[in-house]
Amino acid sequence: MALIWVALAAAVGVPIAAAAMSPLLAWRGPVYILAGFAGMIALGLVLVQPLLIGGYLTPLSAYRGRRAHHWIGGALVVAVVIHVAGLWITSPPDMIDALLFSSPTPFSPFGVIAMWAIFTVALLAALRRRLGLRLRTWRMVHIPLAIVIVAGSVVHCLLIEGTMETVSKAALCALVLAAAIKVMADLWMRRKRGTLRGESIARQ
Amino acid sequence: MTTVVFNRRTLLAGSVFVTGVFAAGVSGLLLPARAEGVAPTDSMSGGANNYRKGAPIVDRIGKGGFWMSGSVRRAGDGAPLAGQRIQIWAHTVEGQEHEPQSHGATLTDKDGAFRLEMPQIIPIFGQPHGHLAYDSGEFKTVFLRPVMRSAKETSLEAHFVLQAA
Repeated sequence: MALIWVALAAAVGVPIAAAAMSPLLAWRGPVYILAGFAGMIALGLVLVQPLLIGGYLTPLSAYRGRRAHHWIGGALVVAVVIHVAGLWITSPPDMIDALLFSSPTPFSPFGVIAMWAIFTVALLAALRRRLGLRLRTWRMVHIPLAIVIVAGSVVHCLLIEGTMETVSKAALCALVLAAAIKVMADLWMRRKRGTLRGESIARQ
Repeated sequence: MTTVVFNRRTLLAGSVFVTGVFAAGVSGLLLPARAEGVAPTDSMSGGANNYRKGAPIVDRIGKGGFWMSGSVRRAGDGAPLAGQRIQIWAHTVEGQEHEPQSHGATLTDKDGAFRLEMPQIIPIFGQPHGHLAYDSGEFKTVFLRPVMRSAKETSLEAHFVLQAA
């Protein structure tokens, strides 16, 4: 039970600790450093999200897991905004190129697409009740965007040559993929067994 | 900043192709009429980022330890261009890309080659890369952004083929 928490702490903590020891930090300004770590924390939160919603983080109840998923989603938006704003302050032309999809760096469009997917999910989640989105509709919107967020973030991160150490970065990316695949496979299995219908009626 | 038509890979492939055509022309494998096809180098996307106009001509940028080199030729006949001012800047161990001490310029020799010592380039914005500009006005302005194969490398090359302004 506590094992999953230890594993999660290590999966997110080790790559961040390794990046904190990068020699490249010596030649970066504080805003650039903050922007880099905000990006790493964002990737860590992308790992936490499927674990929360899948109910793997025992002893959190399904309800509390879902509440935490909402709050972590908000934190993810904040982390991405700090990441982008910090990079913009560090080198405005490079950030503008990235946002306009005209950057020479191959990883930039993946990050920008993931960013827009994160903002879209957050906005729709905030307006979900007002828009009257039912669970089934919501999932039809959220799941494809979640796939875009996970795939975009992982490719973005892996292609960057920066302060993150290669092995711990690859391990974190693999876990992010694995967690997303696991929660979606579980959801699909549950839906296949037909338990979803009763569940969604109960919740609406 | 610059208009993007090609990505870096196609540009690199293009410059390799151009170099090959030039070498073939010099070795006499191509007719002189064909050698007129030496195509001008296009600016690379992001090449002009953190550019500063009028960086001074220097013997060395900062304390040195890293070599930026390359060549400047004329589009069409591929003739080497002597005395051309090439501006160089990068994020190095001595400063960020936009800072004045990270910028310097040098002139090509009689063979159209240039070589300037500068501080070690380190990865910035996800790639270890340098910036070069030809911006003297006689020919069309070109901004290049070569990427190092590894951050451990201590040299980098960039080649210009310029066309009349």
